[in-house]
Amino acid sequence: MPSLKEYRLRIRSVRSTQKITKAMKMVAAAKLRRAQEQAQAARPYAERMERMLASLAANVRGMAGAPALLAGTGADKRQLVIVATSDRGLCGSFNSTIVREARRVIRGLLAEGKDVRVLCVGRKGRDQLRRDFAPLLAGTIDEVGRKRLTFADAIRVSDHVAQMFAAGEFDVATVVYNRFKSAISQIVTVQQLIPLPAPAEVEIKADGAKAVYEFEPSEEGILAELLPLNLRVQMFRALLENAASEQGARMTAMDNATRNAGDMINGLTQSYNRQRQAVITKELIEIISGADAL
Amino acid sequence: MAGKIAFELVSPERLLESSEADMVVVPGSEGDFGVLPGHVPLISTLRPGVIAIYDAGTVRQRIMVTGGFAEVSNDRLTVLVEEAMPLADVSVTQLEGKLRQAQEALAEATDPAARESAEKQVLMAQSLRRAYDFYATR
Repeated sequence: MPSLKEYRLRIRSVRSTQKITKAMKMVAAAKLRRAQEQAQAARPYAERMERMLASLAANVRGMAGAPALLAGTGADKRQLVIVATSDRGLCGSFNSTIVREARRVIRGLLAEGKDVRVLCVGRKGRDQLRRDFAPLLAGTIDEVGRKRLTFADAIRVSDHVAQMFAAGEFDVATVVYNRFKSAISQIVTVQQLIPLPAPAEVEIKADGAKAVYEFEPSEEGILAELLPLNLRVQMFRALLENAASEQGARMTAMDNATRNAGDMINGLTQSYNRQRQAVITKELIEIISGADAL
Repeated sequence: MAGKIAFELVSPERLLESSEADMVVVPGSEGDFGVLPGHVPLISTLRPGVIAIYDAGTVRQRIMVTGGFAEVSNDRLTVLVEEAMPLADVSVTQLEGKLRQAQEALAEATDPAARESAEKQVLMAQSLRRAYDFYATR
């Protein structure tokens, strides 16, 4: 049975932990709002780009000599898996869910006899994947969006990928990240980046007035510029979703932690009071039995 | 000439401008072109230069862009850019700083890929500078 003093110390320590988790929750909430706004603001660009690509790709796909970013290298032997996680922990199962999915994807590819390489974005993913797949790791990019995620961050990541692709290091690139649904629910998403998957739904939806465009300079010329840019945009979008998810997960985790600390304090306070009562009772009994003995 | 065209300027991070205009002149990679209502559907790449928005016969605004894409369809012009800034906010020192930076990067670049991208940056900075000088006098 701990002494009264031990209880007091324990309660104080839990209370200060609670203060920290509460503060972290508030910070995460503020950052989440900012991340959501950013994700919203980035949407128009991605939409317009998708529309343009859809009308272009439909014309060019199937033609001989289509750009490799669109048509692929004709093989799928060498796979690159990009695992986007956060640099910091204390955000619930955010990183573990991504890593778990990444592991599943990697194992699946390995089982099919593919050559797999892994590019980690964010320290946490690297730390966890290093244990199982150390020889496959092709590199880590961290400090992405430390203060605020910018397009420059996305360029840094996607240019690295583009360089690897240009150097012929892989045939297919896939990114694993968490899509933001709400603060309590994030969906692990596996998305293929290279070659670009057919934007089929977009095309069907394109309203009846589907324009037949003129192209300047040429379809191929535009596509050659549009595709690398699209890679950046897709990466940017994944990173934005991830950033929002991270803050959402952290907010929920810290909210739970704060609540747990509250429960713990209640329990401890109750034990403390009971103990105090017992001590008083004991002292009374001692006094009374002492008086009786006289 | 009836009607106006809807003009949208979008960067990856946000929607920069969304407005109506009589005409917008865009620096296409094959030459400048003006977009009026009823323009034929077109997708074009842009070179680094200046977009001019016309209203009632005069230029309402000039915006400097570093390149990108323009899409015209149904009296709507959408310009996708990576970087854009109103010409009025652009200063010579800024542009020269950019050019110097690009040249330094080119001098330091060792592998061919880095060299190529640095060369592109230098070209872009130079053409921005030229575009600036061109408009500074009018």
